[in-house]
Amino acid sequence: MRELALHLLDIAENSVSANARNIRIEVEEDAVADRLRMSVIDDGKGMDAEMVKKVIDPFVTSRTTRKVGLGIPLLKAAAEACQGGLTIQSIVGKGTRVDVEFQRSHIDRMPLGDLPSTLITLLIGSPEIHWIFQYCVDGHEFLFDDLAVKEELGDIPFSEPSILNFLREYLRENILTLQAVPGTI
Amino acid sequence: MEKVKSLEDLKRLREEALQKRQVKDQTGQKQVIVGMGTVGIAAGARETLKAILDFIEKENLSGVVVRQTGNIGMDSLEPIVQVVIGESPKVTYGKVNADVARRIMKEHIVGGQIVKDFMIE
Repeated sequence: MRELALHLLDIAENSVSANARNIRIEVEEDAVADRLRMSVIDDGKGMDAEMVKKVIDPFVTSRTTRKVGLGIPLLKAAAEACQGGLTIQSIVGKGTRVDVEFQRSHIDRMPLGDLPSTLITLLIGSPEIHWIFQYCVDGHEFLFDDLAVKEELGDIPFSEPSILNFLREYLRENILTLQAVPGTI
Repeated sequence: MEKVKSLEDLKRLREEALQKRQVKDQTGQKQVIVGMGTVGIAAGARETLKAILDFIEKENLSGVVVRQTGNIGMDSLEPIVQVVIGESPKVTYGKVNADVARRIMKEHIVGGQIVKDFMIE
């Protein structure tokens, strides 16, 4: 995966699989501190310490009872190569929080990529989940809480053409506006 | 034809009829499911879903339900897309890139014809 937005999608899909009902995605770019931070916070079933260890490095344990993907270890390696890191905090029955951080200007730092497509994929694919997305660039913030949209729509699904069009344009414009703030790369 | 033997049977027959009517009401519901496990995402499932949504928007297709699912378990065939139309059995497609996704939408979802080239037996 050559985009951070694809990794966000991967982590959020883990949250969906963990039966989360509320998932919050945060992305923060800070040019002054030269950091790029991303977090996925869910209220899913959580993991015990051994499972967390296995998710971070699937090769340290020999237990093969549960299938674990390589998305997280690869992202962790990418972050560490850019003066950053990845941590997972999880409590069984409460939820999981994944934080990943990069040196924003690092030459090897993956591009953020297509954030709107990642968000639309999650909103459409798992409409039963309450999604919150917060994007912050140098103190300017865009906050999207899908509850407001769902209340407005009632039982009309996101996959109706006119709604799709609205969501796509709305997310794209707000994200691009933040990225166009003077002083950001 | 089966004879109605008792009030219980009658009740049962009525319920079956009601159920049939409900099923009939749902006939024609179109569902597109995209596999969004790690392997699917790495293989391009997000772009596949994007192509599907773009098609719905462009062709103004109402009533198509688009969903995601986790790992389907056929890694080498990702991205995987499944199509369910009404009462028909689920059709699974493999190696669905954006172009194939548009074909599936056009030929299967709109035209009702399975795209055999990419179907997984």
